[in-house]
Amino acid sequence: MRGLGKSLALVVLVGVLLGGLWNIVIPSQVGAAEPYKIGAVFSITGVGSFLGEPEKKTAEMIAEEVNKKGGINGHPLELVVYDDESDTTKCNLAVKKLIKKDEVPVIVGPTRSGETLAVVSVVEEAHVPLISCATSYKIVTPIESRQWVFKVAASDAHVVAKLFDYMKAKGWTKIAIMTDSTGYGASAREEFLRLAPESGITILADERFGPQDTDLTPQLTKIRSTQPQAIVNWSVGPTQIIAVKNWRDLGMDSIPLFQSHGFGSKKNLELAGKAAEGVMLALARVNVGPILPDGQPQKKAILDYTKAYEDRFKEPISSFGGHASDAMNLAIAALQAVGPDPAKIRDYLEKTTKFVGMHGIFNFSPQDHNGLSKDDLEMVVVKNGDWALATW
Amino acid sequence: MGSDLLQYTISGLTIGMIYALVAIGYNVIYNVTEILNFAQGEFVMLGGLFAVFFVGTLRLPLGVAFFGAIIATGCVGFAMERFIIRRARDASVLSLIIITIAVSILLKGTAMFCWGKDPYVLPAFSPGGPILFGGAAIQPQALWVLGVSALIVICLTLFFRRSVYGKAMLACADNPNAARMTGIPVRQMVLLSFVLSAAIGAAAGVVITPISLMEYDRGALLGLKGFGAAVLGGLGQFHGALFAGAILGLAESFCAGYLSSGYKDAVALVLLLLALFFKPEGLFGSSEAAKLKKF
Amino acid sequence: MSRKDWGIFLGTMLLIGVFPWLVKPFKAVSHYIDIMVFAGIFTLISIGLSMLMGYAGQISMAQAAFFGIGAYTSGILTTRFGLNPWLVMPVGMLLAAVVAWLLGIPALRLKGHYLAMATLGFGVIVHIVLSEEVNWTGGPSGMADIPSLTIAGTRLTSEIAYYYLVWAAVFLVLLFCFLVLHSRVGRALRAIHEEQTAAEAMGVPTARLKVQVFVLSAVLAALAGSFYTHYVTFLNPGSFNLMWSIRFMLMVMVGGMQSLWGALLGTVLMTFVGNEWLQVFADFEILAYGAILLVVALFLPRGLVSLISQGFGSRKVRPSLADGSS
Repeated sequence: MRGLGKSLALVVLVGVLLGGLWNIVIPSQVGAAEPYKIGAVFSITGVGSFLGEPEKKTAEMIAEEVNKKGGINGHPLELVVYDDESDTTKCNLAVKKLIKKDEVPVIVGPTRSGETLAVVSVVEEAHVPLISCATSYKIVTPIESRQWVFKVAASDAHVVAKLFDYMKAKGWTKIAIMTDSTGYGASAREEFLRLAPESGITILADERFGPQDTDLTPQLTKIRSTQPQAIVNWSVGPTQIIAVKNWRDLGMDSIPLFQSHGFGSKKNLELAGKAAEGVMLALARVNVGPILPDGQPQKKAILDYTKAYEDRFKEPISSFGGHASDAMNLAIAALQAVGPDPAKIRDYLEKTTKFVGMHGIFNFSPQDHNGLSKDDLEMVVVKNGDWALATW
Repeated sequence: MGSDLLQYTISGLTIGMIYALVAIGYNVIYNVTEILNFAQGEFVMLGGLFAVFFVGTLRLPLGVAFFGAIIATGCVGFAMERFIIRRARDASVLSLIIITIAVSILLKGTAMFCWGKDPYVLPAFSPGGPILFGGAAIQPQALWVLGVSALIVICLTLFFRRSVYGKAMLACADNPNAARMTGIPVRQMVLLSFVLSAAIGAAAGVVITPISLMEYDRGALLGLKGFGAAVLGGLGQFHGALFAGAILGLAESFCAGYLSSGYKDAVALVLLLLALFFKPEGLFGSSEAAKLKKF
Repeated sequence: MSRKDWGIFLGTMLLIGVFPWLVKPFKAVSHYIDIMVFAGIFTLISIGLSMLMGYAGQISMAQAAFFGIGAYTSGILTTRFGLNPWLVMPVGMLLAAVVAWLLGIPALRLKGHYLAMATLGFGVIVHIVLSEEVNWTGGPSGMADIPSLTIAGTRLTSEIAYYYLVWAAVFLVLLFCFLVLHSRVGRALRAIHEEQTAAEAMGVPTARLKVQVFVLSAVLAALAGSFYTHYVTFLNPGSFNLMWSIRFMLMVMVGGMQSLWGALLGTVLMTFVGNEWLQVFADFEILAYGAILLVVALFLPRGLVSLISQGFGSRKVRPSLADGSS
C-alpha cells in the first residue's frame, strides 16, 4: 500500500510538471513565414454544444482552405481553438490563455452571450479585438466600454422587429409569447416586451417555461384562454418540438405559430414531422440558400459554404456555423489588410462596410459593432417538410 | 374555464405518474438497502433512449422495443450493483451517496457518447389524434402513461405482499442480519432491487418519450423531482409515492397555468423542503418507522 | 496548531507567494496564474465544505447556491445601488449565514443525511430564482459591467494583485479554521464524527455545532462569491448550478475530506485538471469526472493527502495531516 501510494503521488507530481513543460519543450513550427494566428473559443461541449460544434467545424474548415490557397499574404494561418464547455469561468480562462500564452491578435467567438459578456472586460483590458458569435445586444452596448468587441450574429431586436413587421402586414396585433428560461429565451423576451408598445403590438400572454420541460399544454392552454391572433415560441432544444406538437394536439392550429430562428434546422423539421406545417419564423439567409432569388448578392457565397460544409461533414448546415464563417472571414480579411496588429485589426473591422457574409451584408461603424439590420432576415414558412419563403 | 382546469389536470397527472414511477424506483432500492440511488433519473433516460435505438436503428416493433429497453436498462442496474455498489458495502452513507452520484454522471456521459446530444422521439403507442373531452385535448399516449403506471404499481404491490421474493426483500430492509440468519440471500435481494428499480425507471422512460422526447441529460431533473415525490410520500411507501407523484405533477401544472410558469420547477422542490422540515417521515410514512431508519 | 502544521502552513504560503514569479517568465505557463486566482476563490469554498464533510460528517449540495448568494448580493448592490464593493461583501456573507441557519436548524435536528436532501432541493431553487427574477438578477442573460474592487483608489484588475488578495484571504481563513479545530469546538466536532451518540451522552450539543459549521461553510462560499463577482465582473446563473456543487464536493473528496490541506490540494489540482489538463478530453470530461469521483469514493476515501502522508512521512505526519489534530 505504501509503495502504491508513493508511486501514485509521484505520477501526480510528474503529471503536474509535464503539463507545465509540455508547451515549453515543444518548439513552435518553423516555417517560411511567421504564421498569423487567430484565436477561437467555442462551446464545443456542454449545453451549448449544438451551437459550438458546427462553429468549430466551420472555423477549422475555413482555416484549412486558406492554408491550401497559400495562407494570408504568404503567412500560414494558425487557428487556436479552445472549448469553453458552455461555462463562463472556463471561457474567461480560455480567453486569457489565448491572449497570454498564444498571443493571438484577434479572437473569434465565444459562442453564447453569457460567455461573451464574461470576457468583455478581459479583451477591453488587454486591447485584443473579439468577434463574438452570440446574439445579445449587451455585447456591443454601451459602445464606449465595448471598443474592442464586435459581433456577427443579428441581435434579437432585429429578429423581433422582423416578426412584428410581418405580423402587422397580416393584421395580427394581439399576440402571445412563450419563452424558455435560458439566456436565449430570456433575452428575446426582453426585446418583445420592449419593442411591442412602439410597434403597436399588444402582448396578451407572456409565458415562461424550463428548457427541460416535458409538456407545454398548461402554458398553451393559458394562452388560448387569452385569445391571441398569433403565438410566438422562443426556446432551444426539445421544447420547440414539444411546443409544435402540443399546439397541434390542442387544436390551436387556427392561431398561427411563430418560432425563433433557433428552429431553423432541418433536424427540427424531422423531429416535429407533419405537426410543423405552417409554422413561421424569421431566418438568416444562410439557412435558406437554395430558395433565395438568383440575383441575391449573398446567394453564391451561401451556396458555396453550404456545399463545402455538407460535403465534408455529412450533416446539414446551421445558422451557427454561419456565424463562425462570418467571424472567421472578417478576421482573415483584417489580417490580410493590416497584418497581425490588434489595434489595426480593430480599426479595420470598425471601418468594414458592404462585407458580404452568411448572415447578411455587414456595415460596421464606430457606433455599430454589429453591422446587421432586420433587412438581413427572411420570413420563412414550413411547407411540405421544407422551408419556403413566406408571402407578405 | 372548466376546460382549462381539465387540461391542467390531465397534463399534471401524466407527468405526475412519471415522477411517481421514479419515486417508486427510489423506494424499491431504499426498501432493501436504505441506499438513496441518485442515479435513478438516469434509468428513465436510458429506458427512453434504448427504446429509440431498438425502434429507430434496429427497426423492431414498438412492443418488442418496450420490453427490450426494460431488459437493457435492467442489465445496467445489474452491473451497477454487481460491480460498484457491492464493492462499497462497507462504505459510509456519505460515500454511498457520492458513489451513486458518480454513477449517474457516468451513465449520463456514456449516453452522450452513444446517442449524441440531440433529442429523440418515439412514435406514439397507439396512432390517432388527440381525444377531445369536455373541451380538453387528451393525447392517447397520456392514457398509456396512466395505464402502465397503474399496472406497475399493482404488480409491485402484489409482488411485495404475496410473493416469497417480495417478502424476503422487505425483510432485508428491516434487519439485514436477522434476514441473513433466517436464510435469505441478502446480496441477491439487493441485486434484485437494483434490477427491478432500473426496469421500473426504464418503463417510465419509454412511455414518456413519445410525449416529451428524450435526450441524454434529462435524467437529473426527473430524478430530483421523483426524489421529491418519494420523500413527500414517505420513503419506502409505494402508494405514498403514487399519490405524492400525482400531487407534484398537479401542483406543477396548476402553477404553470394559474401562477407563474417560470417557477413551475421550484414547486416540487419547495414541497420537498416543506416535507423534510415539517413531516420528514412523509405524508404516508409513520414517524415511528422513520426513527429506525439510517437515513 | 502543531509545529508540523505550522511548517506546512508557512511552506505552502511561501510556495503560493513565489508561484507567480516562477511561471511569469514562461509564456507557455504564464496563464497559470489566472487559473490559480480561480483556484484560490474555489479553495475558500472547499475549506468550508471540508469542515462540513470531514469534521461534521454532513454533505451539502448547495455550496454553489451560497456561492451564488454572495456573488449576486455583491453584484446587485454594487451595480444597482452604487455601493462600495468592500462594504457589501459582509452583507452577502450575512445573508448566506441567515439562510444556512434557517435551512440547517430543521435539517440537522434530524438524524442522518437530511441536510443532503434539503440542500439538494435548496440549491436548485436558488438557481431557479436567479434565472427568474430578471429585474434583479438579469435572469439567464446575466448581469454585466459589475465594478472591480479598488484598494486606495486603484482598481484591482491585474491578475497578480487579485491573486495575492484571494490567496491572502485563503490563508487567513485557513488560520481561522485551524484555530477553531484546535479549540473545544474542534474536539467536540471530532467526537461527533467518531461516535455521535457517545458525544451526545457526554453533553456535546451536536445539532448546534453542526448548524454552526454549516453556517460557516455558507459564509465562506458567499465570500468566495463576492471575490468571483468583482474579478469576472459578469454573473449568470450557469456558474451556480448543481454541477458546480458537485464539482466543489469532488475537489474536497479528491484532496481528502478530513484535512484542510486536502481541500486546498484537491481544489488546486481539480481546477487545473478541469481547465487545463482535461481539455484534451473535451467531451470525455464528464466521463472523467464521474470516473474520478467513483474511484476516489471506492478506493481512496481519505483522498490524495492520505497517499502523500503515507508516502513521504512515515512517522508522525499522518495523524496531523489527515486529521488536523496536534
